[in-house]
Amino acid sequence: MSAFADDPGHETASAMAAPSPMQVRDRLGFRFWLPAVWIAIVVALATTANLLPLPSPIETDFAALSNWPDRTHWFGTDQLGRDILSRAIFGARISLTVGLLAPALGLGIGMLLGMAAGYFRGRVEAVIAAAMDAVMAFPGILVVLAVTAYVGASVPLLVIVLGVLTVPTFMRVARANTLVFAQHDFVLAARAMGATHWRVLSLEILPNVVIPMLIYALLVISRIIVVEGVLSFLGLSLPAPWPTWGNMIADGQVDLATLPYIPFIPAALMFLTVLSINLIGERLRARTDLRGSAL
Amino acid sequence: MTDAGPALLEVNNLTTHFHTPRGPLRAVDGVSFSLRRGQTLGIVGESGSGKSALARTIIGILSKRRTTTTGRIAFEGRDLLTLSEPDMRDIRGRDIAMVFQDPTSSLNPVKRIGVQITEVLARHLGLRGCAARSRATELLTSVGLSLPEERLHQYPHQLSGGMRQRVAIAIALACDPKLLIADEPTTSLDVTIQAQILDLLHRRQKAHDMAMILISHDLGVVAGYTDAVAVMYAGQVVEQASTRSLFRNCRMPYTAALMRSAPNLSDPPHTRLRAIAGRPPDMVLPPPGCRFGPRCDHATDICRNERPTLSASDAVGAHLYACWHPVASPGASA
Repeated sequence: MSAFADDPGHETASAMAAPSPMQVRDRLGFRFWLPAVWIAIVVALATTANLLPLPSPIETDFAALSNWPDRTHWFGTDQLGRDILSRAIFGARISLTVGLLAPALGLGIGMLLGMAAGYFRGRVEAVIAAAMDAVMAFPGILVVLAVTAYVGASVPLLVIVLGVLTVPTFMRVARANTLVFAQHDFVLAARAMGATHWRVLSLEILPNVVIPMLIYALLVISRIIVVEGVLSFLGLSLPAPWPTWGNMIADGQVDLATLPYIPFIPAALMFLTVLSINLIGERLRARTDLRGSAL
Repeated sequence: MTDAGPALLEVNNLTTHFHTPRGPLRAVDGVSFSLRRGQTLGIVGESGSGKSALARTIIGILSKRRTTTTGRIAFEGRDLLTLSEPDMRDIRGRDIAMVFQDPTSSLNPVKRIGVQITEVLARHLGLRGCAARSRATELLTSVGLSLPEERLHQYPHQLSGGMRQRVAIAIALACDPKLLIADEPTTSLDVTIQAQILDLLHRRQKAHDMAMILISHDLGVVAGYTDAVAVMYAGQVVEQASTRSLFRNCRMPYTAALMRSAPNLSDPPHTRLRAIAGRPPDMVLPPPGCRFGPRCDHATDICRNERPTLSASDAVGAHLYACWHPVASPGASA
């Protein structure tokens, strides 16, 4: 041990120097926090919509048809006299539920398949890749059209259909990342310490792959919110009278020239929400990349 | 290598073939050696000579789908090649452990040091919670890391290269293995840290009467820290002797060429390195005779047509080499 006496001190010095650049990097900035606060507000309103003192989103106020914003209806009413603020908040429920659950489903299945394909390679990869190519070959909008026409639209159905359509891209991202991390010696080291393949995948590779996957999932969430809006606009999502941002825009476009605020409110909400999610995703991506290069 | 005591590890005629589109690649081709407790065997050879393939074959982490292994690896009398995968997994990490070349790559970047150590303790020793944490702290102290408690909460990128390799060694030694395979443990570290890491390995080895296989392409490292040396070329052991005998009195022209190619401090500046001309042979279609023949100054017809066997040179029978025209005994290693 004595031959080493000066060594710990030397190595402490290098470790002490580390915290200062770390603190600089830890600041996420207003470009992260502003969108994050917005998302928090939207999520809070959507989840507590039943408890809020809001007028019913589906009942008509005959005294106020196509009203501009005033004191009783903060965001005005639509052509059928329904409160737009209430409809927008209840509409957020659908957008967020589908927007979160569909990518979650895609992420779950895609990550499992992608990690298996990237780690085991060979026949496993060939079968999975072929299955994904088949899924990708389906024209998405036609699948949704066919399924909703056949079974009728519902939130679980939208989640499943849109979720399955996102599986191939999640699988590709997961496979690409797994290929990279499976090359690292820590996989061999774990095997050399007696780990099973399952243990290597779940304890060594998964923690590495999950970070880029979650950041990619944010992009998919914003895309699915828009896609759900498009489907609603086309009348393929939940049937009237239940509000979604998409069908509110669709209803509003009829009188766009005289009552522009009706489609403007849900469109602005969707715009801000999608923009916020993208900004958060971008910030997190930049940050994890930084950490990657610091390695 | 002839001393008394039963062998801990006895490798007999071990071959490992990698499946390639062109046919089997003979990464390890008929290697035999034995190792006792407390002993260190050095394996030297240039890149691609099969050193790492040999190490990975012994610990059994090569893909069974992409490689074929034959021969016998007796560890404490049990043939590792015939053990079931679950039995083998229990041996890996507990009885045989491995340290890799690059600690930046061999530690998981997103997991705290403490987690990486305690996982192994839980896997093999069933230690959890406080017991695992205190053992982890103990291990980090034993490999010479300062502030071990704090290190447990750090990530690998917060440590220097030398510290990372110490952590990797702590993980490898977590279960007091009987055999440690160190695959170029100092190659990615700078020279001052190299000596510290090798001293550390040496001390831990003495403390636990552990056997070690030290793989290196650095003859200096091997000379200082091993009891016996096997020189590998193109998947085969071409010379094998006690470290003392090998460095004093090497017989195989390849070993001699390796020793000559190391730069010497006493050389004048800008002396050309005495590199070995040519390239190692194609391991899918190796030459029929001596594998070093095409690059050897002493090669004759017999070298090109007939393969020399690894055999004893002297009455003692401890210095083995595979060569038709061994270089002269004394002074060959100058």
